[in-house]
Amino acid sequence: MKLTLRVWRQRAADADGAMSTYEVDGISPDMSFLEMLDTLNEDLILRGEDPVAFDHDCREGICGACSLVVNGDAHGPERTTTCQLHMRSFQDGDTIDVEPWRAAAFPVIKDLVVDRSAFDRIIQAGGYITAPTGAAPEAHATPVPKPDADFAFEHAECIGCGACVAACPNGAAMLFTSAKINHLNVLPQGAPERETRVLEMVAQMDEEGFGGCTLAGECATACPKGIPLVSITGMNREWLRATRKAAGR
Amino acid sequence: MALATRTDRRSSIARTVWDSSVGKKTVMAVSGLIMLLYLVVHMIGNLKIFFGPDEFNHYAHWLRTVGAPFMHEEWTLWLIRVVLVAAVVAHAVSAYQLSRRDIRARPAKYVHRRPRASYATRTMRWGGVILGLFIVWHVLDLTTGTVHSGGFQEGHPYQNVVDTFSTWYGDVVYIVAMLALGLHVRHGFWSAAQTLGAGSRTRDRALRATADVLALLLTAGFIAVPVGVMTKVVS
Ligand code: HEM
Ligand code: SF4
Ligand code: FES
Repeated sequence: MKLTLRVWRQRAADADGAMSTYEVDGISPDMSFLEMLDTLNEDLILRGEDPVAFDHDCREGICGACSLVVNGDAHGPERTTTCQLHMRSFQDGDTIDVEPWRAAAFPVIKDLVVDRSAFDRIIQAGGYITAPTGAAPEAHATPVPKPDADFAFEHAECIGCGACVAACPNGAAMLFTSAKINHLNVLPQGAPERETRVLEMVAQMDEEGFGGCTLAGECATACPKGIPLVSITGMNREWLRATRKAAGR
Repeated sequence: MALATRTDRRSSIARTVWDSSVGKKTVMAVSGLIMLLYLVVHMIGNLKIFFGPDEFNHYAHWLRTVGAPFMHEEWTLWLIRVVLVAAVVAHAVSAYQLSRRDIRARPAKYVHRRPRASYATRTMRWGGVILGLFIVWHVLDLTTGTVHSGGFQEGHPYQNVVDTFSTWYGDVVYIVAMLALGLHVRHGFWSAAQTLGAGSRTRDRALRATADVLALLLTAGFIAVPVGVMTKVVS
């Protein structure tokens, strides 16, 4: 396959950026999108140019590092991570636009790499349990009803990639934050911090400069792990409950 | 490891709600639902215009004596007005502040654009502005009579309504605003359910259907009045 790429290039966080056009040839439809970019980078290095910086780690769809907006879609046209997107999703001769996640809370560091440490700080605000865990406990020691376990697992699937923020017209981190809150708040292990968790994580989310939810639903469409839009409804419910309880105390 | 004792003071519930994006959205949902409830009642009341001037004017006079003999004349009416003004102001201020936060949170646009979300979702902001302007015009036209076309007669709402809808601009302003209202309610009702945590997977279809029906009934019911005047069914 022969493709034309238009890629966001930005030398540094404080530099101006622009789209640059590159031609890549000899692309196999079985390559992943990142392998296609590797091919481009090999070319660039041989030509003595600066390779395109982009985030990646596991390349198997589980770490959440890869983060590209491909033709206006976070993670591209398939519902998966960019590393699991394959070139067979494109046609020979296509022009493909590659941009970084866009949000005030995710500033660009270089080219396609953005700073997602705002997510880490949201987790630090309450995305954990304080019960001492030690070695793996006996599985039946703390019974969890099956529907709750399924609910927790569905939300635990979030890999913290930030596609939800990138897709949201308001740069909101509601889907990510709600996934973490719902995951822990439904489990007995998460119960001691049930109220403080939601209050502090939402406060941190606001503090980081993410936008608010207008229920446009773009996040859930972009999410490679299928975190549903109703997760946000669940988070709102938890937040209102915690606020009422805090006032009643 | 000993946990540090927290010494920060808890802020009041009102502060917590107003300072949080989730809380402010709650203010918007509650004020929106208050206005929505009022609009349903208002729309049904307006339809009495099809039963002639006597019935319509009588209804308008009754509005001033609701709650009597416990309430003095117009007390109930003023109470409703105060609640509505508070709802409009709270809704508009939180809409403005939340919209500013949303726009600031997404300063750079994507070069590659594609169509987004549903029509009703995308029109919430300018649709809301249209509704805000309409509310001002509507009060100045039919409540105070300040911008009324032709002599405004205090206590003769039937004639005043016919006057307003006998002008082309009265009809246009009203019908455009009611279409905007339909779109706003369609997304707004369902959104409010999510904001208040009442939505769920199993309830989603019912909520969306209720939003559609509410939006359709409100728009059709309100627009029936100017159409009635235009077609001389009401004169
Ligand atoms: C003063 C004029 C108005 C303005 C500026 C305004 C603006 C807005 C905005 C910007 C939103 C948020 C949209 C979003 O989340 O995507 C909204 C939501 C809403 N509006 Fe309005 N609106 C106005 C009048 C009304 C009226 C007259 C009603 C009554 C039916 C109403 C009912 C609602 C409801 C129920 C919501 C949903 C709240 C939520 O998402 O939780 N609004 N409005
Ligand atoms: S909710 Fe989905 S899109 Fe958002 S960070 Fe988690 S996995 Fe990524
Ligand atoms: S590189 Fe790990 S999810 Fe894509």
